[in-house]
Amino acid sequence: MNFFTATGRYIIFLGKIFSRLEKRHVYFPKIMHEIKEIGMSSVGFVAFISIFVGAVVTLQVAYNMVNPLLPKYLIGLASRDSIILEFSPTMISLVLAGKIGSHIASSLGTMRVTEQIDALEVMGVNSASYLVLPKIIAAILFNPILIILSIVLGIVGGWLAGNMTGICPTQEFLLGLQYEFIPFNIAYAMIKTVIFAFIITTICAFYGYNTEGGALEVGQASTKGVVYTSILIIIFNYLITHLLLN
Amino acid sequence: MIKIESINKSFGSKKVLHDFSANFESGKVNLIIGKSGSGKTMAIKCMLGLHEVDSGHIYFSNRDFINISAFKRQQIRKEIGMVFQGSALFDSMTIEENVMFPLLMSQTLSNSEMKKRVSFCLNRVALKNVNNLYPSELSGGMQKRVAIARAISLNPKYLFCDEPNSGLDPTTASVIDSLLQEITYEYNITTVINTHDMNSALQIGDNIIFLNEGNFMWSGTKETLLNSKNNSLNKFIFSSEVFKKLKNKS
Repeated sequence: MNFFTATGRYIIFLGKIFSRLEKRHVYFPKIMHEIKEIGMSSVGFVAFISIFVGAVVTLQVAYNMVNPLLPKYLIGLASRDSIILEFSPTMISLVLAGKIGSHIASSLGTMRVTEQIDALEVMGVNSASYLVLPKIIAAILFNPILIILSIVLGIVGGWLAGNMTGICPTQEFLLGLQYEFIPFNIAYAMIKTVIFAFIITTICAFYGYNTEGGALEVGQASTKGVVYTSILIIIFNYLITHLLLN
Repeated sequence: MIKIESINKSFGSKKVLHDFSANFESGKVNLIIGKSGSGKTMAIKCMLGLHEVDSGHIYFSNRDFINISAFKRQQIRKEIGMVFQGSALFDSMTIEENVMFPLLMSQTLSNSEMKKRVSFCLNRVALKNVNNLYPSELSGGMQKRVAIARAISLNPKYLFCDEPNSGLDPTTASVIDSLLQEITYEYNITTVINTHDMNSALQIGDNIIFLNEGNFMWSGTKETLLNSKNNSLNKFIFSSEVFKKLKNKS
């Protein structure tokens, strides 16, 4: 499938997801299930990564501040901005692309090759909408919560690292956290998160839904889904940053 | 009744179905037989609209199935039950939820009525105490029976089965055949079954169509199957030693 064919088929796939919707009561339990499946199950994983990367960010900022004239609170400020602007929304979304993206692509791929999607179609159900729309809604609703959690825990990790190593005392770190805080940065992080959530779910679902063949192709679809999602996240990260922060 | 008129289907330069026409009558078990790769599954998938035909017409009780909107096609599909080759049960749902699923999507019954209907369908296929099990906990034959129960849950007018006996032992295969035949007669369903199992053909084939390399070759009944003068069909049937001996005896 070349780039133009894939893009065209992806747009048609999106059209199928958002057309001929089933009744609302059909989606609600599915959305709850997906929140549990792709959202709640990622909490521990995201928390673990965020604490350690937050700590590493703080240590690296301190390592690079070689000038003794620079105030120590700048460590807190730089860590805060790195975590809010880039680490949590982008890096965690990339991590989620690997975790939930591969889950989405492989589960839909398996449903395709075992004819479960055909069974839905024969029953008169719009399979794309029934299977994919709850995943999109769940990710769009829950990923921002994961990212906020990641921001908080990343900062906590940074504070712990700074405090325990003695490179940035608590008071200095807290001052840095509050200094020149721009609330729009949070909005920027949330906008990115929502767009990345849409990309993760739809691209991976597209590759899973259109799997042809058997177990080998399911694996390939999962890999393709994660690779293209990651590429698109990086590209959109640049575009959104250019649009919102320039 | 399902009527097919000159349907053609190709993938690139490979013709899978060539000018295929047939009538599938209601209240009868209609079989499509042929060797692997003869186009049987494709014929069924085209009839269900899972693959679009290149040309030709398909009518469900005189209603055109090809040149209609997605919504109208969806309405006709609600009158169809399908048993897939691998059963295609939803892994994440229990047996009860699987059988209830078409009812839930059609929204014609209350919750208690749906539960009653599920019990009725599972009883009809002789399955008991499996409601809360998952498909992976059942044997292949039981999964096929659940698939049949799911297919009949909405009282379909048309029932399609793709290789319902594949992977089953002869005894279970015979049970599934009898079940499909009983259901067809009991509810006056138009049943279309794909098979290359000649035992099935001789047991339940009220109307048999033989396909060879995507071409219609022969049609008849289980009574006329063994005495056909069609060379391709004879080659297909009597490739089995058992049927060769049967032919020599008669």
